Amino acid sequence: MIDIVINITLLAFLAITAVGILRLTNLFAIVMLYGVFSLLSAGLFVVMDAPDVAFTEAAVGAGISTVLMLATLALVKRPQKPYYDEAPQTHRPWLPLIVVIITGSALVHGTWDIPGFGAADAPAQTHVARYYIDNATRETGVPNVVTAVLASYRGFDTLGEVVVVYTAGVAVLLLIGGRRPKKAPVTKNEGEQDET
Amino acid sequence: MRHNLILHVIAKFVIPLIILFALYVQFHGDFGPGGGFQAGVIFSAALILYSLVVGLDVAERIIPAHWLRILAALGVFIYAGVGVVSMLLGGNYLDYTILGSNQIAGQHLGILLVELGVGITVAAVMLILFYAFAGRGRQ
Repeated sequence: MIDIVINITLLAFLAITAVGILRLTNLFAIVMLYGVFSLLSAGLFVVMDAPDVAFTEAAVGAGISTVLMLATLALVKRPQKPYYDEAPQTHRPWLPLIVVIITGSALVHGTWDIPGFGAADAPAQTHVARYYIDNATRETGVPNVVTAVLASYRGFDTLGEVVVVYTAGVAVLLLIGGRRPKKAPVTKNEGEQDET
Repeated sequence: MRHNLILHVIAKFVIPLIILFALYVQFHGDFGPGGGFQAGVIFSAALILYSLVVGLDVAERIIPAHWLRILAALGVFIYAGVGVVSMLLGGNYLDYTILGSNQIAGQHLGILLVELGVGITVAAVMLILFYAFAGRGRQ
């Protein structure tokens, strides 16, 4: 019962935050609401008994990515007006509405075939999950089956994920990591654009 | 934010707790929720909070940027190295059983080392991202 109340409350807050993000035009406020959205999602993950995912969502989604977005905001020039006030309207509003309604109803139709949350006969639960639950603690001596699966049974996958994270870091370093020279050898106009 | 007393005091109080929690998540991941990825992210969040409060220059004096590049590579090296060691000892790649005297001990050691590698890489890469973005706007 208490789960349902918490779920409904968190989902309602999520929806309110999402609508708020859509309607706001101030980028700073939008970034802050992204953080709130991530934190609410982390709360939902805790209710769904996935504290690992909640840790990650709270730390990455609400913490680090908000900071990175703020750093980006500080770098880019803030426009005087939202650009879509000036952009000419090229299509009627009912066209995107129809597309959204059709896509939405297709997605809702798709959810009818999805097994219920935590259903024991769901395909994900009947394949190898039973083997892990039965044997993981005996074979690895690790009580946390999630850790046993991630680090031991699926060690290759996790190695790949770590390499992906490392590659992302290298890519960011290559793109914007270098310390810029104090006086860039460029023409005056380019230099000004670069500084802003 | 360099002269905000309240932020300084709160951050000084909170940052050790965050780092302690990150270490707990790292080394208690076998028994509770969490593991290397979560621990690395939480650890880097503590350092990002520190550099937000005291400034990027002071934070770079504690963990210089070139250390981070070495640390990020070191984590991947530890992870892949565990696999190579288990191969050299006669097992399959990333087969931890061969690392210890029995299966449980070997798996335990392997998982601990591998999670440590994940944690080091994730924490270092998150800080690399933050340094790159935050240091970009400086003169």
